[in-house]
Amino acid sequence: MATLTKSLPRRRLSLRQQDARVGWLLIVPSLVVILGVTLWPILTTLFLSFYNAPAGLNQVQTFVGLGNYLALVRDQTFWETIGRTLYFTVVSVGLELALGMAVAQLIHSRPWGWKFLRISLIIPWAVPTIVNGAMWRWIYSADFGALNGLLMQLGLIDHYIPWLTLPDMAMNLIILADVWHIMPFVALILQAALATLPAELDEAAAVDGANALQRFWHIRLPLLRPAILVALIVRTVDAFRVFDIAYIITSGGPAFKTVTITYLTYLNTFSYGKQGTGAALSFMISIFTIAMAFAYIRFLYRPEET
Amino acid sequence: MRTRKFFGRLGLFLLTIPVLLFIFLPVLWLFSASLSTQVDLFSVPPHWIPQHPTLQNYLDIIFPSLAASSVPRTFAVALVNSIKIASAVTFACILLGSLAAYALVRIPFKHNRAIQIGILGTRMIPEVSLVIPLFILASTLELINKPIVLIIAYMSFALPYAIWMMAAFFQTVPVELEEAARLDGCTRLGILRRVVIPISIPGMISTAMFVFLLAWDEFFYALIFTSTLAAKTAPVAIAEFVGRYAVNITGMMAGGILAALPPVILGLIFQRYIVSGMTAGAVKG
Amino acid sequence: MRTFYKISLLFVILVLAVSVAGCRPAASTGPVTIHVLTMDQAGLKPAEIDQIARDFEAANPDIKVVMEYVGYDFLHDKIVTGMAAKPPAYDAAMIDVIWPDEFIKSEYLLDVTSRVTPEMKSGIFPAAWNGVTRGGKVYGMPWLMDVKYFMYNKDILQKAGLNAPPKTWEELADQAKAIKDQGLVEYPITWSWNQKEGVVCDFTVLLFGNGGAFLDDSGKPVFNNEKGVQVLEWMKKTVDDGLTNPSAVSSDEMAVEADFLAGKSAFAVNWLFQYSDSNDPSKSQVVGQVAFAPMPVFAAGAQAGIKGSSVDGSSSFAIMSTSPYADQTWKFLTYLTSHEVQTKFSAEMLPMWQNDFEGDNLAKLQAANPSNPVTIPAFMAQFPYAYERPTVPYYNEASAALQLAIQEALTGIKTPKQALDDAAAKWVQLAGQ
Repeated sequence: MATLTKSLPRRRLSLRQQDARVGWLLIVPSLVVILGVTLWPILTTLFLSFYNAPAGLNQVQTFVGLGNYLALVRDQTFWETIGRTLYFTVVSVGLELALGMAVAQLIHSRPWGWKFLRISLIIPWAVPTIVNGAMWRWIYSADFGALNGLLMQLGLIDHYIPWLTLPDMAMNLIILADVWHIMPFVALILQAALATLPAELDEAAAVDGANALQRFWHIRLPLLRPAILVALIVRTVDAFRVFDIAYIITSGGPAFKTVTITYLTYLNTFSYGKQGTGAALSFMISIFTIAMAFAYIRFLYRPEET
Repeated sequence: MRTRKFFGRLGLFLLTIPVLLFIFLPVLWLFSASLSTQVDLFSVPPHWIPQHPTLQNYLDIIFPSLAASSVPRTFAVALVNSIKIASAVTFACILLGSLAAYALVRIPFKHNRAIQIGILGTRMIPEVSLVIPLFILASTLELINKPIVLIIAYMSFALPYAIWMMAAFFQTVPVELEEAARLDGCTRLGILRRVVIPISIPGMISTAMFVFLLAWDEFFYALIFTSTLAAKTAPVAIAEFVGRYAVNITGMMAGGILAALPPVILGLIFQRYIVSGMTAGAVKG
Repeated sequence: MRTFYKISLLFVILVLAVSVAGCRPAASTGPVTIHVLTMDQAGLKPAEIDQIARDFEAANPDIKVVMEYVGYDFLHDKIVTGMAAKPPAYDAAMIDVIWPDEFIKSEYLLDVTSRVTPEMKSGIFPAAWNGVTRGGKVYGMPWLMDVKYFMYNKDILQKAGLNAPPKTWEELADQAKAIKDQGLVEYPITWSWNQKEGVVCDFTVLLFGNGGAFLDDSGKPVFNNEKGVQVLEWMKKTVDDGLTNPSAVSSDEMAVEADFLAGKSAFAVNWLFQYSDSNDPSKSQVVGQVAFAPMPVFAAGAQAGIKGSSVDGSSSFAIMSTSPYADQTWKFLTYLTSHEVQTKFSAEMLPMWQNDFEGDNLAKLQAANPSNPVTIPAFMAQFPYAYERPTVPYYNEASAALQLAIQEALTGIKTPKQALDDAAAKWVQLAGQ
């Protein structure tokens, strides 16, 4: 006790200082790893985006300022690719959210075998993307695929359809493969959030005469807003940057219809040797993803509900 | 009333069936394909259950000396590499990430917001652009083809997620508990170790699971930074079943099942924690 | 608390230490290590190439060879990335026949003209040097010659009452129609027309078979002239008429083989690997039914004097220009591609040394592998007519434009003429950059 009073004033001051010092010590290792690895590459890429930089040794790199960016903005292929990628993002994330919510509700209402259902959700999520892509590519195979086989046996089609050759279907097929892979993750997040909702609010509303749909829309959904926000941001950023799965299933075809914006970046940087354009594309991608993240936070984040 | 309730429950149960079908049909088909010969696979209509089931695809991978082609033989090594690398990444991310997350959440920083945004912002640039400068960096340090290069590279994009997730979990720990510990004479680190972490174990396990899958899944960095067996990972090995003109498709299916097993097993073991852990993080955002 | 802090500090130090431990000053004496990047499944299996490397090391104790393998799709990417580092990640790499122009412009390849001996020059098939010679200079050693072959299913043709394979593409369409009408096979022809390099390979075969070409003498694109448009229209017509499997638009060479070996098509254009696979009972349902025939040409092409047409798909090895060990690497490459080594593995891939195909050597070669008595004559008959795809440094992007055009025409998004015109315009733009 005596030591405490004697050292209290001194301790309070040094506690904040000590705090700050310790705080930095705790953060620095992570910052070192993250920035140490990414800072130079990001700066190099930014730098490169202002140049016409053909791949190769001893190549002349001409400064073009915003030239690469302007060229992209004027390029129809760029906007078509952005459009495709946005379509993929919106539909994919939308389906994952909607289906995930539905599955989460289903588990929440504890039907028979709900534990088995919840455990099973791990499986699609844990399958590596490469395997997922290869598996779905095989399922969609025009001559030997399971999709054709199944639809034929169910009598829904009378001859095999070359699914991946249909320009308007191909992207949807990739979306299906992605939804299968990711929806369980979203469902698990939402189900956990549902589990923490206070049951009394719901019961009180039921007593007041609200039916299931009203209870869902007006009570549960607002309370789930933070969870939905987390899922939305994480999934949107990742979905917009999709590359692996499109590459494996369709290699960007048919007729470029499944080339996403990251795929286009890859093509420019590695195949066409246009590193300046590739760099500009990657920054365009980050502009879009940051904008989307901000939009979500602005429209969905309500601090008072957390 | 009771019959109505019974039919209600029956209805719910019937709803689970399409969901279960949706989840399991593709996986079962993958499994069936892995037990087939190429002839069986290329048949119309599809043989849902292979007519000549064979374990040869798995044997080629598990017992390398019997393999005709060397791609399956190297697959087992790649699988082990993946386990090593993903585990190291997970351990490091939990360790460093928990420290950083706690600091960001509890310690008043001048630049707290900036750091948080900056950390997440590095995730926005696609890997395909960062890979060449990173390769130059790694090559200068002579780290190519060594597992450590992948561990560090993966940490660079897994750490932001780990920090973000664990920060959310730590936020739910009641401040009073921490203050009580402080009064007992604990330093910041002591509070972290004695109070915050024990309460957040479920959250940390779910973060660990997420990070493990992130590292396990990664393809492009692994492809560019490694090609010898010293550090080749499972996704790269799977991609190698695709030759220039021919695909060893049955081998790839078997490899796919094997590559999916470790995460699934881990997920099953820890699934209880994943779900309860996601609670705190999700609600708090 | 203190221990926790100590542990984490220790960990960070450990990580740094491990990474620094990777840094070693380059040894000034002692064995030189060279890194060679090659493709999996390119002729020889990795285990066999490893064996060659071990044999070389035994004969050259001061050189260590580290072989690295990667799938074809990413070979180009790894070369480009590898060359960004100093010293380069690889001292030598396998290059596809369509890359030299791009790589020479990027200054990736070492000029080895002065290192090539007259014996090599005259001993190896002249056509094999196409993949590494530009402007009279040689930039690497040939390795594996491959062209596309025309294969057909003897049994199906017999059942249809056809006693000879077609000599022109028009004849092929007629035969296919006959087979289809008799209900033997739903889609008699199968191709690899998906959005990858494979579709350009097929287009090359057909285009030159019609007397067409990609570029004229001044380098202007001419594949969109009436000859090229005819080819693309023919391609589309076979799909519309149900003769070509509609899945061709999403098929690669593997899918072509899958179809053909399941007996679902009567004709298939593919690389050499398809033949030996056709006699492998674990892969094929048509064992013993597959035969070669010279690649057909179009009637118009035949009239213009075109005797045969195929596409060159060879691979070679090149030394990377910034490699500090050019001499040692050259030594290894010449060993790898030497007559002795190639002959030793002639069961796996046909050698590129001319005298292997003459006299006693020919008999030995034919005995090396049960398929060889059939594949050797097919090879000798077809490869003299192997055409090259355009040797321009912007080939990758040009090929992508052409792939897009063909796909747009086949899926009906644009007419063949419109699609090819747009692609040609793109080629002009690329040439000007």
